[in-house]
Formats: sequence, structure tokens, C-alpha cells
Amino acid sequence: MTFLQFSFYFFAAALIFAATMVVTIRNPVKAVLFLVLAFFSAAGVWITLEAEFLAVVMVLVYVGAVMVLFLFVVMMLDINLTRLKEGFGEYLPIGGIVAVLLVVEMAIILSSKVFGPASMPRPPGQPETYSNTAELGKILYTEYAYPFEIAAIILLVAIIAAISLTLRRRPETRYQKPASQVSVKSSDRIKIISMDAENPHADSQGESGK
Amino acid sequence: MIPLSHYLILSAMLFAIAVVGIFLNRKNVVILLMAIELLLLSVNINFVAFSHYLQDMAGQVFVFFILTVAAAEAAIGLAILIVLFRNRRTINVEDLNSLSG
Repeated sequence: MTFLQFSFYFFAAALIFAATMVVTIRNPVKAVLFLVLAFFSAAGVWITLEAEFLAVVMVLVYVGAVMVLFLFVVMMLDINLTRLKEGFGEYLPIGGIVAVLLVVEMAIILSSKVFGPASMPRPPGQPETYSNTAELGKILYTEYAYPFEIAAIILLVAIIAAISLTLRRRPETRYQKPASQVSVKSSDRIKIISMDAENPHADSQGESGK
Repeated sequence: MIPLSHYLILSAMLFAIAVVGIFLNRKNVVILLMAIELLLLSVNINFVAFSHYLQDMAGQVFVFFILTVAAAEAAIGLAILIVLFRNRRTINVEDLNSLSG
């Protein structure tokens, strides 16, 4: 068994184990942590397929950003777990039958000669000067330039949607309005009127003054 | 060497586990979102495997776009979840029946 085979089967076993724990464990925080392990193992599997850029992006973006977002949300929500646990294994038999049938059918088809080593041999490894990132960038910025822009717009829409959904205006909160502060005039604040001088104690003061 | 079918069977197993996860955790919206992420991951493994064995970079470009869409979907899904929890104080799917006629 070569190192490549060992690493593939090791990462694949870790991936299957982590995915199983994600769907069976009760505590959502632990489920998110196992999801992190699953995505990290998937990045390892992609390394064995010489997709280095996507593996690094997977670890950086998915494990670094999306999973941390999941973790924040799960820790922020005060979830009542006892009600969510009710009826956990209720659909396990039918779900298990569906899953086993799915895997068995796929395995039967995939074990045929069409996908075997003879008809689809593993391509030889790339030379040392080969850069997966450069190749992906070349094709991404030329042939797939328009889909790339659309992906950017999708991300922009996601930002705006997420912010506008969770933005909360509290009417009882007092806060400054800089626009009205800047546009205020002095005549709005102070009013100068002309009037006669008033002295309510004019008589007594007049007496003492003399 | 590792045949292509092993990668595809790994992907199929991951897909099946995620489908079972949707069956099992049908009350908890957070776990449902995680199961959807696992489904997308299994599809991505298929894309990368075929991209390598056919020596075609288009598969990896597709994975790039799927990652983008999945990240946007997770962000909006979690935002909806937070709004839901803020208004109803629950994330149980069975309690979210105010639209059922």
C-alpha cells in the first residue's frame, strides 16, 4: 500500500466517521465540531486528487468562515434540546433502508468495468512545475469570466440579505442622528426677542438702594 | 492505485449518510442545514474525482461555484434561523406551522 492509498483511505474513513457523528450526535455544538472534521477530511481527499487550490479554499473558507458562523449561531440560540430529541429514531428504519439501498445500488453500478482501473486509469502525476492554482485561474478568468461575475453578485446578494434579515431596529433605544445634528441652524436653538427689562422686586430694591 | 470507483462510492456513502441525517433530525433546523452541507460536499467530491481522472479543469471550476453558492445558502439560512428564533423562541420544525391554513 503506497502512501497515497493510505492517506486516501485514512481520510475517507475519517470523513465517513465524522459525517455519521454529525447526523447522530445530540448536542448541536458537537455536531458542528464533527462537521469541521468532515470538511477537513474532505480537503485531504481532494489533496489526493491533486486539487490543491480547492482543498486550501475548503479549509480557509469553509472551516474558517462558514463553520465558525454555524458555531456562533448554535451557541447564540438557547435551544431546548429535550423537545428536539423526541422521536429521534422514529424514521431510522425507513431512512436506513433508503440509505443502504442507495449505497448498494451505487456500488453495483460503480463496480462495473466502466469505472474500473482498466477503462479509466489514474492519470500520471503532474510535474513539479505544475501549478493547480495557476491552471484554475487561467480557465476561471477567461472561459468562465461571466459565471465568475455572477458568483460575485450571488455573494453580494447573500451579504445584503443576511444583514437586512437580521437587522433589528429598537424603537426604545435612544441614539444620535448625525444628519439632523449637522443640519441644525442657530435660529432653531436660540431665539432673541426684544422686551422691556423686568424686575419683580423693583420697589424693595429701590428702597434699599436709597 | 486508487480506482475512480472508490472515490465515487465514498461520495455515495456520504450522500446516504446525509439523507439519513435529514430523516433522523427532522425537527432540528440547524442539523438539517448541516446535512444539506454534507450533501453538497458529496457532490463536490464527485466533481473533483471526475475532474482528476478525465484531466478536465471544468470540474474544479464547478466545485468553485458550488462552494460559493453553498456559502451564500448557509449565510442566508442561518440569518433566517436567527430571525425565526427571535420571533418564535423555537427552532423546532413542528412548531413552525403558522402558515398551515
